[in-house]
Amino acid sequence: MNSLQQYLDIYTGERDLIDAHSAPLLNRLRPEAYEVLSSATLPAHGDENYVHTSPADIYAFDYGLNLSRLAFPADTARTFRCGVPNMSTLLGVVVNDTFAPSRTLRDNCPQGVSFLSLRRAAIEMPQLVERAYGSAADLSDPATALNTLLCQDGVLIHIAEGVRLEKPLQLVNIFSAPTSLLAPRRVLIVAERGSSAEILICDHTQDNSTHYLDANVTEIIVAEDARLDVCHIEESSALTARHANIYVRQAERSDFHFTEATLTCGTTRNNFSIDLSGAEASAQLASMAIASGRQTVDNNIVLRHLAPHTSSRQHFKYVLDDEARGTFSGRILVSAKAPYTDAFQTNRNILASSTARMHTKPQLEIYTDDVKCSHGATTGQLDSEALFYMQTRGIPEAEARHMLMQAFMADVIDTVRIEGLRDRLRHLVERRFTARHASGCTEGCMPNCNEHFTPQQ
Amino acid sequence: MKDILLQVSNLHAGIEGKEILKGIDLTVREGEVHAIMGPNGSGKSTLSEVLAGNPAFTVTEGTATLGGRDLLALSPEDRSHEGLFLSFQYPVEIPGVSMVNFMRAALNAKRKYFGEEPMSATDFLKLMRQKRAIVELDNKLASRSVNEGFSGGEKKRNEIFQMAVLEPRLSILDETDSGLDIDALRIVSGGVNKLRTDRNATIVITHYQRLLDYIKPDFVHVLYKGRIVRTGGPELALELEERGYDWLKD
Repeated sequence: MNSLQQYLDIYTGERDLIDAHSAPLLNRLRPEAYEVLSSATLPAHGDENYVHTSPADIYAFDYGLNLSRLAFPADTARTFRCGVPNMSTLLGVVVNDTFAPSRTLRDNCPQGVSFLSLRRAAIEMPQLVERAYGSAADLSDPATALNTLLCQDGVLIHIAEGVRLEKPLQLVNIFSAPTSLLAPRRVLIVAERGSSAEILICDHTQDNSTHYLDANVTEIIVAEDARLDVCHIEESSALTARHANIYVRQAERSDFHFTEATLTCGTTRNNFSIDLSGAEASAQLASMAIASGRQTVDNNIVLRHLAPHTSSRQHFKYVLDDEARGTFSGRILVSAKAPYTDAFQTNRNILASSTARMHTKPQLEIYTDDVKCSHGATTGQLDSEALFYMQTRGIPEAEARHMLMQAFMADVIDTVRIEGLRDRLRHLVERRFTARHASGCTEGCMPNCNEHFTPQQ
Repeated sequence: MKDILLQVSNLHAGIEGKEILKGIDLTVREGEVHAIMGPNGSGKSTLSEVLAGNPAFTVTEGTATLGGRDLLALSPEDRSHEGLFLSFQYPVEIPGVSMVNFMRAALNAKRKYFGEEPMSATDFLKLMRQKRAIVELDNKLASRSVNEGFSGGEKKRNEIFQMAVLEPRLSILDETDSGLDIDALRIVSGGVNKLRTDRNATIVITHYQRLLDYIKPDFVHVLYKGRIVRTGGPELALELEERGYDWLKD
């Protein structure tokens, strides 16, 4: 059976309920999304871009939807451990797919910065939402259409023209529900001309026994001369699936950095679609994926150079242990309109066990002359000579392995420009590698086991 | 007579089915310095790697004990804790692992092995400063990744620095003189001599007599085709320098 059918049935049956608990500007795109989905199927194993992950199977699970917007309690203090030392952030929380109202956030948002519920923004800032919502996303993609069909709320982050935000914004996504749940999370980030901002996004799961699906669409619009840094840290449970379509549109001279850190997950598929549409725009995409058990991390990147003098850097690293599966598929497309492109892509992977598997597919498509492009991919094991050297100095093998894995990720962490976050990431990665051996931590192996958290609010 | 530290008897070992060591016998007592010399490919480095526990090599026969303990039954890390130290001919570069973290992990692992608490940060830094002075190792190197971008001389000094921190009972210096200029050689061998006591011992593996001018051996062994074919005093090294190895090959 087409795994989309259950969602189409829900839509036709509950359309009024969905609309009533959302906003007219979000409802506006639903009929078009429905049209797309009526004749679409989700990709399955074997499709060219989905060789190792199957959205058809992911979405086929019998997830619930929270259409009437019941407020599920989330114990943020227990779940959310993103207190970042040496880093003070402006915090917004999303429980499942609902933006949790916060007075603190509202009162402390600086002039020219909006960080609020997408649903509320659609009512209070209709011109902006009408202009931006759906403008970067590709509605013909079935997963994007499904999110658009079902999304009732989300997050809007808007940085007005020329505003230079000092303090990073932090968005914490928490899954918490009594039964299995699909959350059509939607994020819309607009950095207007000449603005600059830093955004940290952290994903957490409240429990290790409920099936969740983050059916995510994120649109990021970076206007002329804007500088935007986004870091996404995923620390989900083994029963959580994430299917994210992340669209980025960059105008002239914009400078965009994205760091993706998949520390724990169930099955994660991130689709990055990045358009360097304006001359001299530059993008950097850095990622580290750490997977063990039967976790799956699949990153698919399509990065298009569409204007002259644009530059891009992609740096993806994976450490896979046990029976983990990793996939990297990265395509750099240099259009005929993009001479003087400077593009560089690397994918480096370590298989820490003989049963882990990595699939990598770097691709370059160039339709113009006078470009500087390169890519490279390596997959190997930990350096046995380094391991022996460390052991001869008395460092036990397991610890030496962790130190080498941690060291492997060091250059990804070094690319992060957000102050204070590099140290935090080092700490999280260290915890991730050592947590498996921590006592009393057999299930889920969350990197933050037993770590005390002090809420910032 | 002093106590026996290392006792190697009829040691056979090889790699990928190829036998390299063909029956080594060696006795090292506390306070002694032994030099092992021999032409290329005679098995000198294999002997040091096998004693340190490199899993690439397989021991097929014989025994080796350190202070009476069965060395071959121990993991490389436990051999280190029990007092064995190997100064590598080619120290490995480990990008991303800082010297400080590396040494702290090594030192605290040893303390844990002996049931001691980890060293405090203050004491650790004090110890590092003190030990660095022995081989005149620049503080800047200590903040870098292990051996990464170090010159040949710096790598060897770094080896002796680690030896100073770990205070082994038996040190094996594998071709420590290779790639060293005269000044570096003086500093490195000076460091080794400062660390000598009447309770520890040193095995110096070298091609050339030159190093033995700085680190004076009590015994000189010639290793050839996986066997020790001649043992003598310091004068044997001088004779080898003069006559080469050919006269020993028959």
